[in-house]
Amino acid sequence: MRVAVVGAGPAGIRAVETLVAAGLRPAWIEESPDGGGRIAQRPPGAFRRDARALYGADAPRARALHATLDGLKPQLDWRPGTLVWNLDPRTRRLELIQAGRRGTLDYDRIILATGAMDRVVPLPGWTLPGVTTLGGAQVALKAQGVAVGARPVFIGTGPLLWLTALQYARAGAPPPLILDTTPLLTKRAGLPMLLHDPALALRGLGLRLALLRHAPIHEDVTPIAIEGAGHVQAIRWRDAAWREHVTACDAVAMGWGLKPETQLADLAEIPFAFDPIQRAHLPVRDAAGRSPVPGHYLAGDGARVAGAKVAEWTGARAALALLEDAGLPFDAGQAGWLEARLQGQARARAALERAFPYPARLAARLPDDTMLCRCEGVTAGQVRASAAPDLNRAKALTRLGMGRCQGRVCGLAGAEILAAQLGVPVARVGRLRGQMPVKPIPMDAL
Amino acid sequence: MRAADVLILGGGGAGTAAALFLARAGQRVILLERGLIGGQASGVNHGGVRQQGRTAAELPLAMRARALWGQMRALVGTDAEFDPCGHLRLARTPDGEAKLVAWAALAAGYGLKPRLMGGNAIRSAYPLGESVIAGSLLAEDGTANPRLLAPAFAAAARAAGAALLEDQSVAELHHDGARFRLRANGAPFAAPILLNTAGFWGGRIAESFGEPVPVVAIQPNMQVTEPLPHMLGPNLGVADGTLYLRQIARGNVIFGGGRGIAWADATRTRPAVAAGDATRALVMELLPWLRGAMIIRNWTGTDGEMPDGQPVLGPSLTRPGLFHAFGFSGHGFALGPAVGQVLAELVVQGRTDVDLAPFAINRFNQDGNGAISG
Repeated sequence: MRVAVVGAGPAGIRAVETLVAAGLRPAWIEESPDGGGRIAQRPPGAFRRDARALYGADAPRARALHATLDGLKPQLDWRPGTLVWNLDPRTRRLELIQAGRRGTLDYDRIILATGAMDRVVPLPGWTLPGVTTLGGAQVALKAQGVAVGARPVFIGTGPLLWLTALQYARAGAPPPLILDTTPLLTKRAGLPMLLHDPALALRGLGLRLALLRHAPIHEDVTPIAIEGAGHVQAIRWRDAAWREHVTACDAVAMGWGLKPETQLADLAEIPFAFDPIQRAHLPVRDAAGRSPVPGHYLAGDGARVAGAKVAEWTGARAALALLEDAGLPFDAGQAGWLEARLQGQARARAALERAFPYPARLAARLPDDTMLCRCEGVTAGQVRASAAPDLNRAKALTRLGMGRCQGRVCGLAGAEILAAQLGVPVARVGRLRGQMPVKPIPMDAL
Repeated sequence: MRAADVLILGGGGAGTAAALFLARAGQRVILLERGLIGGQASGVNHGGVRQQGRTAAELPLAMRARALWGQMRALVGTDAEFDPCGHLRLARTPDGEAKLVAWAALAAGYGLKPRLMGGNAIRSAYPLGESVIAGSLLAEDGTANPRLLAPAFAAAARAAGAALLEDQSVAELHHDGARFRLRANGAPFAAPILLNTAGFWGGRIAESFGEPVPVVAIQPNMQVTEPLPHMLGPNLGVADGTLYLRQIARGNVIFGGGRGIAWADATRTRPAVAAGDATRALVMELLPWLRGAMIIRNWTGTDGEMPDGQPVLGPSLTRPGLFHAFGFSGHGFALGPAVGQVLAELVVQGRTDVDLAPFAINRFNQDGNGAISG
């Protein structure tokens, strides 16, 4: 049996660990030069910063993941720096590209652990040089040891906003101004986390208190525009009392939580269903990670954003399901234990999502001249004017999501804009479907 | 029951155009589309608007279509990004060159004047590779955005009073002696006239009226690059039909060649890797400057192909009141507006001045009265 695992973040690592423990030698494909995922992103080889400085409270997890990762690599077909740009579930073949060279990989069963990316709102001015995402700001610090600017502003909501700000402050970078779009009152919805995941809830509160020592947090902020001539120079925003401010800055990092990277699930022809908590269409799977397409399993944030700890569990659980389906011995006790943990975490996650919601109204109310799809130069107004009945029709009529990223960046905001224009729930406008290649490939890679 | 003067099955370019022309002629029109308007061949094709290379049979239709493309904004309120940028047909072999010359002789009879160029002349005028040995430019040809055409005709048809319904599952289609009857999503419809503009699936409709046709499903395999500096004006084709390519205003280079993959009665499709590779090899041979470009997306959809590459267009020979227009064999996009107009003429006036004999539905029947070609 040929088994493939795509992704070597927390989910992929625990999935492969489980498969290897059962005696399998899967092919393991990772797009980055090394594994660990974004949460345990490793700096390039020559860089020297210790795990505590890089990962803070996540250091023990990062160390454990790296140790497992490094122990697994020599035992199997490890393929870092390799992009899977197509997956055909009927021929069960992956199309690969590694350093400009094409290849294929045939599989009988596959676990997709493709991770997540920043969830953004395309604010007016967001295409100016100097604007990045919170995840980008964090990776710049973790992987390269650099800050995104000398006077940065971080805007968005969610744990990553606080965490990245604190990491900047502790790394000796200038503390960013923090503009949080969620009112404090809304964040009370996160209190059930104290019940369902007290450790994480307390860590979040600790993070927030620690941050107060370094940088002010403005809450219930409404961004108006990022401004500058050729580069970010200021951000214009309203505070909770609706007073307008203009803050000079040389970089803006923004993010409203994460969204799953679901393109391979889409190409695998796995059905998607609307998830009201994450306000997005997500690939369908059972509690163990089986998709409705036989032999295709989903794990980690690439299936549904739930954080590194849950990713490790869903990775291990999906691998156990694969073993069971293949008729191989598997640890049913461990499977039961994992599912019980995952159920508890689902409640904690729901509380977290309610505490730090995607600012759907902010997206829906973007001014008409806001650049929504930066790949194809489509504005919010063009999508509204298209009078399209769903997102894919809007794509056909306006080119929204037809460009390099195929709507991975703008798709969610586009859905909010279109749904608000039509006066229908966002679930009704559907989602942008992806096509191969998942990411651009060179013409001459044959 | 919903009654109409004309029922149209299939919301591609031909069906939506017919709906518009018929509604403007005062007919009560209902169009039923299984998926989305322009969702298959009409919406996913290359977007070529060309007369060059058409057969003698198709040329009058293509010329009528070209005239309509020139009036598109007045006709439907948008030009669907129609750009009369010319169509440059390339030859890589002496055989290909002979095709260009032969077509120029044919075109002269219709008053069209393609400009034939030798290898040196064409390579100095356009950024082409060494393997191009000749070319032919028809300046008044061009391109348009296929995703906009059928929706534009649909919107104009609705404004003219036609009903165009999407996501309709049609069943129980038959003629009761007086009218065509069917159920769409369970609801009954009836009309004395039926237009079959259902693309590949048009073959099923014809067969249900006792007129089987050898139509097969094909999937044009399309690719697009990231936006690039402007290098290429005209829409490109190759004499042997293996590649078609254009650079759009935004800079992206769109090209197609080979066939994609289909399943579930060709309602589901995806592009094919091997066909894409073969096409890209040819692109780099003909346009070496595209070697470093990044491919950002592939797509495909289903069209119907006839053995002789010519559509079925004209009245049913078994059931009066039924008219067919399908099987455009991968080059029907540009013709759509003219096909709709011809169908409307057949319905309203009972005649058209386009010679439909080469498109007769019985031309592949051994016992039919049409010639067997192919």
